[in-house]
Amino acid sequence: MAEKVISTVKRQQIIELAQRGRRLDGRGLEDFRPISIEVGVIDKADGSAIVKMGSTTILTGIKYEIGEPFSDTPNEGVLSVNAEFLPLASPTFEPGPPDENALELARVVDRVIRESGMIDLEKMCLVPGERVWITWVDIYVLDHDGNLMDASALSAVAALLSSTIPNTKVEGREVQVLNTRVKPPITNKPTLVTIAKIDKYLLVDPCLEEESVLDCRLTFGFSQDGSLCAIQKGAPGYFGVDDVHKAFNIAKVKSQELRSKLSSVGL
Amino acid sequence: MTIFFTPKQVVAPGDLLAEGDYQAGENVYRDGKRLYASAIGLAELKNKAVSVVSLRGRYMPKQGDLVIGNVIDVSLTSWLVDINAPYNAVLFASEFLSKPINPAKEDIRKHLDVGEMIVAKILAFDRTKDPALTAKGRGLGKIKKGIVLEVDVTRIPRIIGRKGSMINMLKKETGCQITIGQNGRIWIRGKTPEDEAIAANAIKKIEREAHISGLTDRVRAYILQMRSKS
Amino acid sequence: MRCLMMEKTIKLISEDGRRVDGRRLDEIRPLTLKIGFLKNADGSAYVELGRTKIVAAVFGPRELHPKHLALPDRAILRCRYHMAPFSVDVRKSPAPSRREIELSKVIREALEPALFLELYPRTSIDVFVEVLEADGSTRCASIIAASLALADAGIPMKDLVAAIAVGKVEGRLVLDVMDIEDKYGEADMPFAMMPSKKVVTLLQMDGHFTEEEFKQAFELAVKGCEQVYAKQKQALREYYAPSLAEVSSIKEG
Repeated sequence: MAEKVISTVKRQQIIELAQRGRRLDGRGLEDFRPISIEVGVIDKADGSAIVKMGSTTILTGIKYEIGEPFSDTPNEGVLSVNAEFLPLASPTFEPGPPDENALELARVVDRVIRESGMIDLEKMCLVPGERVWITWVDIYVLDHDGNLMDASALSAVAALLSSTIPNTKVEGREVQVLNTRVKPPITNKPTLVTIAKIDKYLLVDPCLEEESVLDCRLTFGFSQDGSLCAIQKGAPGYFGVDDVHKAFNIAKVKSQELRSKLSSVGL
Repeated sequence: MTIFFTPKQVVAPGDLLAEGDYQAGENVYRDGKRLYASAIGLAELKNKAVSVVSLRGRYMPKQGDLVIGNVIDVSLTSWLVDINAPYNAVLFASEFLSKPINPAKEDIRKHLDVGEMIVAKILAFDRTKDPALTAKGRGLGKIKKGIVLEVDVTRIPRIIGRKGSMINMLKKETGCQITIGQNGRIWIRGKTPEDEAIAANAIKKIEREAHISGLTDRVRAYILQMRSKS
Repeated sequence: MRCLMMEKTIKLISEDGRRVDGRRLDEIRPLTLKIGFLKNADGSAYVELGRTKIVAAVFGPRELHPKHLALPDRAILRCRYHMAPFSVDVRKSPAPSRREIELSKVIREALEPALFLELYPRTSIDVFVEVLEADGSTRCASIIAASLALADAGIPMKDLVAAIAVGKVEGRLVLDVMDIEDKYGEADMPFAMMPSKKVVTLLQMDGHFTEEEFKQAFELAVKGCEQVYAKQKQALREYYAPSLAEVSSIKEG
């Protein structure tokens, strides 16, 4: 990813505003930008959701496919999370295979979905050792205005929650795919919340300009019950010990907000 | 000789504008006897020239233009500056520093570094080479405080206003100093960040509503409303 | 709605000349156009042609890296056509396929004649097209979207490029080919032109046409493009100055 040079005057401005508890767009330090969630946008996908956080726009498509399990987990379905930072989304994204940022994002979102037990992978097994459901989660970044991780996780979770999977009839080693569809074995609504540190201030939902000047970021993944299922520190800076706890407390409250947002669209 | 549009009509690329002995102005091209629009904008006829005032454009450097740039790279004797154009600009040390320096002994980054912003003038530009800048002179140099805003370059004339009417009103009502770069970047410095934010929002409002009449009064009312809130 | 089984016994054209989705032979699917909704791109457009959904974005003209790829006297146009993994029935790997590479090339060659590349030497104009959902005629929908995105980016153009595909299904010529008609039909002809210049910039054919069928298909394609072109123009006018567009249409009508 080619780096876009950000001006030093901008960093100063952001810090000065943070001193007064405000940000570039007038938000408070712990406010999200306007969030919108729309599901069922791609008919060919088994589930889909477009999430906007401010101008950041993420489309996730879910596809369920029958295939072979991994040899070390023969009785479990397969979960595969992939993220594409499309060149459409930013002048700094180049076409080609996912770079380290896209890979990190995919792996963190995978972690929060997997470790929260959101999908009961054992129930996704059709013929033990031979045939299982593969869940493909493809995250498509359409417009980059910061905080891709939180928006991607929200988009992936919304797409999964609203997805349907074909009904099957399994007789011995034969799997018959039926014409009806059911809800997949999904419980739990995990969320990711990223806290950015700029100078000595902790900010929620950093926009692109704030991300370009941040020292460090800490992303927390929460299960529905408030327990942690993923943590990822990003960027080359550091968090003080107290800041880690402060960030955790802010993130915990914010994750509830994201969950309510999902409920408000019926998920 | 025929004209195929009404004054201030919105036209799109490929629209037939005129036929006959007219001149092809900006965003208009000639194909035989016919003149066509090459951009989205408002068509107009001035004397015998048909042109389209573009509603959306990229800044093309012009000699003498005042621009606001962002330093993106540095070499021994020059800086590479992003001026929000298809081409990056070059600023030689001699066009910024008051005294000549020895590049072998001194690092020019001490004086201007990557990430800093400058107000400069375009010395020269032709399409075979990158534009050359100068930052020496009154009102030119490094930007040390304030905020820099980016707007669509086609709105700059509207932000200035006829004979500066709009920009002067902005300066007066917000109490800010405002420098307008022809490349769509505007530098605002006020007494407080709140004043700067009001000026920035007022300019964004002009950018959005540029084509609607009565703009100057609406913007003034908006600023007064914002000032009474804070 | 998803069809899980496709058998050749399905009739693609009914007794009274209606297609699988109820359209007449010369009818284009509902066409929705949106412009300028991406924050980062210099120009952007979204097209829905029936269930085919395409996003196009344009960056540029901008300096080209590496520099040795640049041309001294003109800009180069680069184009990437890419399909989302979830855009098709069976999930597709995100890595570019041979088909995507061919389509990237023909789409680029369909758009290039419309641009004044000599105005921006040593730069590149980059067009990115993503297929979010594929239900036939994705390259045509891509060209429709890319033209609008180029205009939205303020890049001077000789004309917009309009595109549509003509197919042959059960011996009859149809306008605007959907996926099932492409799969089970006898010919598919994607077509693009600059309508006000009356020049063709994309023409491909896959299948079988007699000379007479080809001539008729060509006529049908030109008519189809004119309809698409009118919608592209209207979308641009409405996006850029809704109030002004109302005034000018009153004057014309």
